[in-house]
Amino acid sequence: MASRCAVIGIGQTKHTDKRLDVNHTGMVREACNRALEDARLSWKEVDALVIGKAPDTIEGVICPELYMAEALGMVGKPLFRVHTAGSVGGTTAIVGAELVRAGVHDKVLVVGWQKQSESDITWALSPHLPFDPPLMAGAGGFFAPHFREYIRRSAAPDHVGIKVAVKDRRHALRNPYAHLHQPKVCFEEIRDTPMLWDPLRYGETCPSSDGACAMVLSSEKYAYHGGTRPAWVHATEMRSEPTIMPGRDEVNPRAGRDCAAALYKQAGITNPRRDFDCAEIYVAFSWFEPMLAETLGFAEPGEGWKLSDSGATSLDEGGDIPWNCSGGVLSSNPIGASGTLRMAEAALQVRGQAGAHQVDGARLALAHALGGASQFFAMWIVGSEKP
Amino acid sequence: MAETRKPVTTIKTPVAIHYNYSIGAGQSAFMRAIREGRILGVRCPDTGKVYVPPRLTSVETASPMTELVELPDRGVVYTYCIVNIKFYDQVLDIPYAYGYIVLDGADSAIMHLIQECPVEEMRPGMRVKAVWKDPKEWTESLENIRYFKPTGEPDLPIEQIMNEIRKKSYA
Repeated sequence: MASRCAVIGIGQTKHTDKRLDVNHTGMVREACNRALEDARLSWKEVDALVIGKAPDTIEGVICPELYMAEALGMVGKPLFRVHTAGSVGGTTAIVGAELVRAGVHDKVLVVGWQKQSESDITWALSPHLPFDPPLMAGAGGFFAPHFREYIRRSAAPDHVGIKVAVKDRRHALRNPYAHLHQPKVCFEEIRDTPMLWDPLRYGETCPSSDGACAMVLSSEKYAYHGGTRPAWVHATEMRSEPTIMPGRDEVNPRAGRDCAAALYKQAGITNPRRDFDCAEIYVAFSWFEPMLAETLGFAEPGEGWKLSDSGATSLDEGGDIPWNCSGGVLSSNPIGASGTLRMAEAALQVRGQAGAHQVDGARLALAHALGGASQFFAMWIVGSEKP
Repeated sequence: MAETRKPVTTIKTPVAIHYNYSIGAGQSAFMRAIREGRILGVRCPDTGKVYVPPRLTSVETASPMTELVELPDRGVVYTYCIVNIKFYDQVLDIPYAYGYIVLDGADSAIMHLIQECPVEEMRPGMRVKAVWKDPKEWTESLENIRYFKPTGEPDLPIEQIMNEIRKKSYA
């Protein structure tokens, strides 16, 4: 029988550049233990497991799903692995939520993770194919032309990207789990970092992280099992679009706009900037913030950079619509977990459990994950009240 | 027995894989042509968009695409990136620039190097043409083109060009 879905347990690891003390399963188990503790559930009580991790070449670990069930005490239970590139952690949460909402399971554990330290992601994303020139230089190099086109189109000033990076790194100082903690981070520090993929500086890119994030999603029946306020899933949506399509708008992809429109319709959102109290958005490189502000309807086309420049998305500046209070992907990027973290951080906000990065009285939050060549979009809306 | 020595944390395990990549019928025509120094595209019967390299079916409508179109080796820069990062196995010297180049008559862009142009003079809308390797070195690869360089012709209105392409999109 169909049910509402609630987030009743959340756990994450301290994201860092190298977790040498644990292997994949050890790291994943750490996040899952925390989520189960939060939900006051034992391993035995979980009905199904949904796992997500970015493509295996990124860290040279093939088919981790083969040993995840046993590592997590889930032998014999349903296990699903989700695959949607960088958005995978978000899609993983959505698959879990749909299993609950469809009435298939009552208690689903979802977990996303990545151990980037085990391989070389820039190499993995930059293959020299025998029939193409060897142009690619990691994800930053792939997205930089899109940012350049955004800047050309909107006439955004150069300092906006730097400002977004400073803002998210400052937010990270409030989050003990964030990877990058740069206590003195300032405009000059980011500005003076090397220009790696012009127009993108080193300081405007996400780190490579090891980390995991898990959530327990439950039906209404178990919503208060943990003894704390659950976050209610109000809407979920996923969209995709082709990598190469003549006339594809990489700056403002149609699939991203369609995904947001369908999501907002489900939850009755008409003015995202006003209706949401905060948002966790997949900003892996600084310029994604103004671009996505337009795709997600927080600003008119060409005006996204003004939103970022005004301080509206900053906790420190008292903005009306804080984005990435956790420090976001710009401060922690265990890729497969990054989408799950967006979903989980939004849930923490509406549960009032975000600690030093809590938005006062947050009741409704948007989470968004993006993957591939800006071609996979996974989003959800969570609220403190039942939908 | 208590273990008091330092733990073994990581071991290095290099991976090397040789692939047999199945090229597919759409790319096959492209590879055969590029071997001869020609660039082929294919036209979508529903939108009229020309894809380069060709593929068998339209991304937007899933219709078979059979009308091959020969394209010139010159076009216009849509957008670009200047790469300044050194990484393992990189074969190009940094900094280098690569761009999305829309060949004349094509609707999709190809990605390629842009050289013989100072970085500060690079711009969207710039006209460029291919600089080919010696024909003796040609293989089944877009690398037969060493890079693109400016033609010196007046810039084209790139925004208008991209908007015209987007207008052809299937609803």
